[in-house]
Formats: sequence, C-alpha cells, structure tokens
Amino acid sequence: MGADIMGEKIDPNLWSDDPEPHLIGGRLPSGEIVFPMPVGDAAKGVEPYKLARRGKLWSWTSQGFLPKEPYEGPGSGPGEGPSDFQPFLLGYVELPGEVIVESRIVDARLEDLHLGMDLEFCIVPFNARYDTFAFRPVAQTESKAA
Amino acid sequence: MSENVYIIGAGIHPFGRTDSRSGREQGVYAVREALQDAGLEWPDIECAYGGSAAAGSADIMVNELGLTSLPFTNVANGCATGGSALAASQQAIASGMYDLALAVGFDKHPRGAFNAKPADYGLPDWYGQTGMMLTTQFFALKIQRYMQLHGISRITLGRVAEKAFRNGAITPHAWRRSPVDLETIMNAPMINDPLTKYMFCSPAEGAVALILASEKKMRELGADGVKIRAVAVKTRPPNSFEVFQPGISIAEGGKPTVLASKAAFEKAGVGPEDISVAQLQDTESGAEIMHMAENGFCKDGEQEEWLANGWTEINGGKLPVNTDGGCLACGEPIGASGLRQVYENVQQLRQRGGARQVPGKPRLAYSHVYGAPGLSAVAILERE
Repeated sequence: MGADIMGEKIDPNLWSDDPEPHLIGGRLPSGEIVFPMPVGDAAKGVEPYKLARRGKLWSWTSQGFLPKEPYEGPGSGPGEGPSDFQPFLLGYVELPGEVIVESRIVDARLEDLHLGMDLEFCIVPFNARYDTFAFRPVAQTESKAA
Repeated sequence: MSENVYIIGAGIHPFGRTDSRSGREQGVYAVREALQDAGLEWPDIECAYGGSAAAGSADIMVNELGLTSLPFTNVANGCATGGSALAASQQAIASGMYDLALAVGFDKHPRGAFNAKPADYGLPDWYGQTGMMLTTQFFALKIQRYMQLHGISRITLGRVAEKAFRNGAITPHAWRRSPVDLETIMNAPMINDPLTKYMFCSPAEGAVALILASEKKMRELGADGVKIRAVAVKTRPPNSFEVFQPGISIAEGGKPTVLASKAAFEKAGVGPEDISVAQLQDTESGAEIMHMAENGFCKDGEQEEWLANGWTEINGGKLPVNTDGGCLACGEPIGASGLRQVYENVQQLRQRGGARQVPGKPRLAYSHVYGAPGLSAVAILERE
C-alpha cells in the first residue's frame, strides 16, 4: 500500500514514510508509550516511537452529523453543507502493550464492529488536499489480497 | 475547626432559550430570585463567586445589582464552573472570613453541538480537522464499551431519556416540557451510535444563584437553610479515559467522578445508601447510567435492572435520579448546569418540589457534575 496515495499528510509527523507506514507515538522516559507524540516542551525526553500496525477494537461509534469547525472533511467547504457530509465510523484501537489510539474505522459496517475485532492501520483520502489515517478490519484486507 | 455552611437562598432563571435576555441578565435574574428567597438585599452579600463558559464575566453583574464594593471572583472552570463557585463560596464561609456569600452560574450557547479548538486543549490540529474532537463521540465511545462489558441494552438508554422528559414535563424551570415516548426516542436519528437525538442534551441558556450563610447568620436571620455536608471537586487521575483524548493508556486508570464521590461521602460521613435523591450528570443517557455506578449507587451492570424496574423514578422506591429532568430536559448551559443540580436538591429538601417532589421527606441529597477535560464535582446537602 502507499503507492496509490495522492494527498498530502494531514500532519507531516503523524505517521512514518515507510512503505508500510506506522503512526508515530512517543516513548516517555518511564517507558510508557503515548499518542500522539508530544510537541514543544512536553516532548523533552520523549523518543518518537513507531506504533504497531495491528490492534484490537476497544470501542466504536458512528458520526452521523456534520461537525462544526475546525472539521475540514466533506460538507465543511465553501458552499457545502450537511447534505455533502459523509457519515463515518470511528473508534479506539488497542495496540497491544503500547497505547489505545482514536482513529477512523474504514471498510466496515457499523453492525460488523465488535469488541476485540482485529484491525490494521491504513492511510485514506480525507479531503481534496489531505490524507489521514484509519484502521480497517484485518480479515477483509487479507481476503482482498488473496 | 471549620464553620457549618448552609444554603439559605436559591434562585433560578428558567433554562432553555430566552432571546430577550443575555446570559448575564439571566444571571442577575437568578441572583434577585435567590435574594428574595433568602429575605436579603444585595448589599447584605459579603462576597461572590461565579462565572459562565460562553456568556462573559460574572463580576460585571455589579453594574445591575449594585456597586457595593464586595469582592467578586470570576470562576472559569468549564463544566465545573458552578461546582467550583459553590466550593469557593463554601470555603469562604467555612473559613470564618465571611457570613454571607453568593455562588452564581449562567450561560448562553449557540445552537448545536459544542465545538472545541484543539489548541485550547493542548491537542494537535489534525484531531479537530478530521472530526474526532467532539464531546458527543466521547460519550458514545464510553457507553458503547460499557454496554459491551456490563450487559447494558439500548432500551435502557431509551428509558433514561424517557424518564428525563417525563420529569421535565412537571418541572417549571425545565426546557423540554413534553413527555417523549420510548418508541420515538429509540427510532430518532442516530447522532453517535448507540445514542439517538433524544438521548443527548443540547447546549442551552439559563442561570442559577445560591446564597450561602454561616450557621450563626442563618439563625440570626431565621432563614430556611439546607446544610452543605460536603463539596468535593476532583480533576482526573493518571491513565483515566476522558473527553478529547487521541490516545488512552493501556493501564486501567481511575476516574475523577469516583474520586470526587468518595471524597464527598467521606467528608459527609455517609454512604450511597443514605442518599434520598440524586442529580447525576446526564450529558446523554449513557452518562447517567455510568455515573450511577461511578458514584457508588449500584454496581456496574445493575443499571439494567434498575431502569427496567423504574427504581430511579420520582416514585420509584429506590433512588430518584434527575428529578427535574436533568441536562436531557433542561439543556446544558455549562456555567449554570452544576448549580441547577444543587438548586433542585435544595428544592427537594425544602419540600418545594411540587409535582416532582420526592416522597418521604428526603434528608440527604446528592449532586454530581462531570465535564471536560476530565473533572468532577460532588455536593451532598442535608435537611437537618
């Protein structure tokens, strides 16, 4: 993956530029892993840390209405409105032994989501300019590849 | 040895939408109501604490109330603004420095969900840009996991909202004054799964003022006081799961509500079983359910049985919860919301609840507010 990604990263330091990208978290001097990587003074002593690409669904919900600003996805642009909004799924994904990260969930239906479901990191188009990160069900990815 | 502190006056400006009054004007209205209730005049008040989240500074109210030169401290503590104002005024009297203090909270928010700026919370811009920085999502994510782990059904969420609107219908200060049936609640548009439109409170307007007095002053005035047994405000402990968190620790952490609740019960020297009526933060239906357990009133999962049996109804037999319809029926003007709960408890303890009066002369009343970025305030009041 990665070859078909055309947009800019929504944040240049959010994920790595590896062929198989990783979210970038931070490792505190105590050894604890945090997400996102702190910035400014809070970053002192914190090592950037590539987070696992696989995790388990910890909780989830749907976003059924157009968020107000600073949301920049479909429906937020000039001349756009709630009818241009595309509802999406999001949740928390537990990266074993590391941290639980909040993420969009893609390539899944609400009714398919369940606690502990195996998910995999991916990059998805977000708006006309940017890509963002997401997690998607592992099984589906593997069946597609097969 | 700190002084006993009593609430001797309680005033409210009806919650909802009042286009003709600014948030601060609603605050002034509530202060005048509270003064009248206590049989006092504005110059009698010795110090004041108050604020709003979105409707300006409270100390400007002296322009309308009178330039008496009293110290007036603005409180800007997000969802705990009311709770913090109450705690500060309680401490002012408990310390022995003052005999009469005012706590006031008011607000006026635009329609629709609150929008927050990532930078204000020390978070990266992408978190807001990508549509993940919404309070409604947090509550949905928290209850979704809780439902899976503790066997809470969707209908139980609906029952909480149904009760809220039923109680709101008989509460003069509530915003939503019509009952909504369970089927309508369950079939309403989904906002954030599993929460439908009727399961969320809305930003609103309103104001509450409370007048606090020392025991000596209360007796001198012959006022009808309700004793403050405990006030506790707690911010989040390590590894907790709160609103606006792109990442959560894998270590299971504590909860600010549990900490505030335990501190308040300890201070008051009573337990959950002693409470006759409770106002619990119900930003949405799931919050009321989770807060029943976090405040120690039941075990995780028991809410399913409680709601099915109506045990939190006004005449439900166990523990009436959110007797004025809570945030669901009153809306949430952030600065006023926590004080509304205390106002409602004062009314209940003074037997002034009218159609919503809890039966059996309630003696101990409990209120709990929770908000961003992970803080909680609990107050326990007693009718002596």
